[in-house]
Amino acid sequence: MHLRYSLAPIAMSALFAAPAIAAGLSVNIEIPRLNVSEYHRPYVATWIERADSTMAGTLAVWYDVRTKTNNPEGEGTKWLKDMRQWWRRGGRELAVPVDGVTGASKPAGKHQLSFTEGSGAMPKLAPGAYKLVVEAAREVGGREVVTIPFQWPPTAAAQPVAAGKEELGEIKLELKP
Amino acid sequence: MTRFTLRAAGLALALSAVASVTQAHNAWLLPSTTVLSKADTVSVDAAVSNDLFVANHAPLRLDGLQITAPDGSTVKPESEAKLKLRNVFDVNVAQPGTYRIAVVNNGAFAAWKDKATGQNKRARGTAETIGKEIPADAQDVTITQSAGRIETFVTVGKPSALKPIGQGLELIAAGSPTDLAKGEKATFTLHLDGKPAKDLEVTVTAGNTQYRDKLDELKLKTDDKGQFSVTWPAAGMYWLDASTKDSKTTVPQAKERRLSYAATLEVMP
Repeated sequence: MHLRYSLAPIAMSALFAAPAIAAGLSVNIEIPRLNVSEYHRPYVATWIERADSTMAGTLAVWYDVRTKTNNPEGEGTKWLKDMRQWWRRGGRELAVPVDGVTGASKPAGKHQLSFTEGSGAMPKLAPGAYKLVVEAAREVGGREVVTIPFQWPPTAAAQPVAAGKEELGEIKLELKP
Repeated sequence: MTRFTLRAAGLALALSAVASVTQAHNAWLLPSTTVLSKADTVSVDAAVSNDLFVANHAPLRLDGLQITAPDGSTVKPESEAKLKLRNVFDVNVAQPGTYRIAVVNNGAFAAWKDKATGQNKRARGTAETIGKEIPADAQDVTITQSAGRIETFVTVGKPSALKPIGQGLELIAAGSPTDLAKGEKATFTLHLDGKPAKDLEVTVTAGNTQYRDKLDELKLKTDDKGQFSVTWPAAGMYWLDASTKDSKTTVPQAKERRLSYAATLEVMP
């Protein structure tokens, strides 16, 4: 279990600052190890969609955060649009980088994200049906979208799981009432 | 010779309204990218050909190239190159929003019988110059006005609203013309001089026509409000075209105005 990047503070603040009544969710995203000749870490966007496929909120975006000054290949933001579904649903409305939402692309392995409703990246959600969507797009590689439907607010703790076939491994959603 | 070919291509274009008589070639612009997440450069091919989007016939003349930035300002093309089968240019898309890249052809053509020889003659020009092309003693003169628009759209970041042209035939997308996806329904309105163009046939053809046996084009018709919708069967580049004619000429002596419109649209998977 790697918690290597900057999301630890969010998880911590959620633990300490949020009142006990706020519901939350955790997402565990597996980036598979791929046996390919040219490997680049995938761009990954994680967000919540309403039942009508509109964007409720972007939880996390991992991309190549290098800029022109420290990357001869140019700015990594150029390829954000390759996470096509996220880009169309609302990614293009964001001005990256966004504190607590965007971060550097991650290596193969499992990555845990935790959110509390109404704090950090997770918006307050009206009761209803939602989807957790994880989209990965890899340079010289493929693209994959994994979706997990869920009901909000959760009435009981639940851990729905889905898995990608190519660009994403196991995606685990943990609902915390 | 080259010059003549180019002229002929241009004429074919202007005459695309007579497609029912002779199959006119398709005139198209092909942008390298239509959706960008940061300011960048887009490369655009401009050609006239039967196969979409294969530059195997003639380049599309860029005399009427108009590139409009999201803020309404005019953008100059860069690295323009005139090749034998296509013209190419770069567009520096620096602003967030939707760019309109269009080749606009407003002209007139004349046909007459030479008095001395009895031969049929033709000439092409602008509203101002067409009169000078015709000899004073020409017989059976017919002058026709033409108004054509060939365009495509590129968006950086969030799409912005496009300012309608209000002249000739034009396509107005509900939403953005760069926001199309496979399986989704997109609604458009066709305008003629800024008003809904009713009951007009619109053809939508997917690119890569060289790799299939049938053209499989969608033939649609605008309704009373000038509207039509397309549910995109697959991802890819599409060519949309429509043409009509009327008698609202601005060229003296011209009895007929022929209007044509073509757009290249990208549908995402």
